[in-house]
Amino acid sequence: MTADAAITAHELTRRFGGFTAVDRITFDVRAGEVFGFLGANGAGKTTAIRMLTGLLAPSSGRATVAGYDIAREAERIKRRIGYMSQRFSLYEDLTVRENIRLYGGIYGLSDRDIDDRTTRLLARLGLEHAAGQFVRAIPLGWRQKLAFSVALLHQPRVVFLDEPTSGVDPITRRQFWELIYEAAAAGTTVLVTTHYMDEAEYCDRISIMVAGRIAALGTPAELKRSFTVSSIDDLFVRLARET
Amino acid sequence: MSALAGLVRKEVFHILRDRRTLVVIVAMPILQVILFGYAIRTDVDRVRLAIVDPAPDPVTLALRARFDAAGVFDTVAVLPDARSLESLFRRGAAQGAVLFEPGFSEHLGRGLPGSVLIVGDASEPNTGSIVQAYAASVVQAYAQDELARGRRVQIVPTVRMRFNPTRESSNLFVPGLMAFVLTIVSSLMTAISLTREKETGTLEALLVSPLRPWQIIAGKVAPYVVVGFISVLGVVAEARLVFAVPLRGSLALLLVEGVLFILVSLSLGILISARTSSQRVAMMGALIGTMLPTMLLSGFIFPLESMPLPLRAISVIVPARWFVLVARSIMLKGTGLAYLWRPTLVLVVMAAVLLAASTRAFHERLEG
Repeated sequence: MTADAAITAHELTRRFGGFTAVDRITFDVRAGEVFGFLGANGAGKTTAIRMLTGLLAPSSGRATVAGYDIAREAERIKRRIGYMSQRFSLYEDLTVRENIRLYGGIYGLSDRDIDDRTTRLLARLGLEHAAGQFVRAIPLGWRQKLAFSVALLHQPRVVFLDEPTSGVDPITRRQFWELIYEAAAAGTTVLVTTHYMDEAEYCDRISIMVAGRIAALGTPAELKRSFTVSSIDDLFVRLARET
Repeated sequence: MSALAGLVRKEVFHILRDRRTLVVIVAMPILQVILFGYAIRTDVDRVRLAIVDPAPDPVTLALRARFDAAGVFDTVAVLPDARSLESLFRRGAAQGAVLFEPGFSEHLGRGLPGSVLIVGDASEPNTGSIVQAYAASVVQAYAQDELARGRRVQIVPTVRMRFNPTRESSNLFVPGLMAFVLTIVSSLMTAISLTREKETGTLEALLVSPLRPWQIIAGKVAPYVVVGFISVLGVVAEARLVFAVPLRGSLALLLVEGVLFILVSLSLGILISARTSSQRVAMMGALIGTMLPTMLLSGFIFPLESMPLPLRAISVIVPARWFVLVARSIMLKGTGLAYLWRPTLVLVVMAAVLLAASTRAFHERLEG
């Protein structure tokens, strides 16, 4: 465990009855890193993220997020993380501005801060014209970018993105990743799950989960070299087949 | 703006912007009061009356004229005998009948009692009782007027009810209806709106936020408490203005009990949504878990006294049963808290237990 680790997990485990969804996973994520959290459906990614975000208590093992223990200091963690799920997290029957305001209030920002950050956020996304529109009226790609920006509104130390780009066109996906890099450059740690293997190559480091365990962990280049595969896609398929 | 105020504001937007649902929750109570009110209305203007007069003479003609003049009856047929009466009743062409015995005025002339049979269709309970009451009073008035003119006539009215001999008393529906409306607004709407947030994923966003479970729940239910409260006021006012249903006890007490019942129903709605993950299932759960018991086991429509013991035993855990009891006592009898502390205590305990249970269900972080 390094001193500047944003996330540390040690033997983190979660069982549902007799089924072990997450089986003794151990990994660190450095501050400002973009960490890809890969795995087939049902491999345990979402369960792991739910434990790290405080939605689910671990069965055993330890983990810290932003320096706080997930079992004992969940409330402190909640103020310092952002979260965006594969299912969209904005309210469709509220306007863009109302959504930003709502989440700003939830994270305890002052009215002034909310106004300032709303203006900046809309300018950065080029969404000024849509501020008064209902979220359901704006295109999906914009919604995802907006949801990501709203998840960063309170300037969290760590942001969890659970399949943020599923169902989005390739151009928007590319733009979305630009937002991720921007956030990482500003010092935010990003843990992202994805099914798109080209996106895995954009990450600083990746882990691949298979049946609840971490089967591979490292930079994309390292992994390709050590497993002697030409792409992360090939590695993913190979690991998934072995079980 | 505090986090909680923001949540409440957001929920108000949801309610105001979902026009269809809003119309339903606002219009439904008003419509239901009208529907139920007319279904068991106490004043009937035009009762279709058949008269069986085997031997018309001045006395029966005078009585028939009085029936016409009473303003309540519409004489639809005058028959020489009772044979075709049956089919008139079956078709609904007649709702009541007055049968003079053969030799009616002859008996009276000789100073003997003349008998009149009054038949009411009690499949419409109130109409049945009105036929009975009005027809008897017409006959009574005639006898009294004759007496005033120095002629003693003795008329014996016999009353028979057809189709449904037991009759429900009126004015009982408003308290039951309040319970029903509150159940819909509180349980059903809360369950649906919470599961909707589960479905869309926004609930997860709230759960990972620093908001405490009680804040999420309070923000969710506060607007519905207000909507429920307004519904109660609306139903009480409408029942009073349109149907002159009495409010003999304290309005303040009634409203406090109403809020208690709203809390119970809201908690049930939250519990239901904690156990379900789709709006459809939540709706079914709310229908079966809260609305059906409120309809059937609260005494709203079917009197508890006439239920078999097992059903009566189950009704004890139906919150609406206690609320209906309390609301009826306050509205119709003017009972105060001194006599209602027991059912009130039951509601308080239910509210406390269910609120705690629903907050806990939330605390379990939707595991699995």
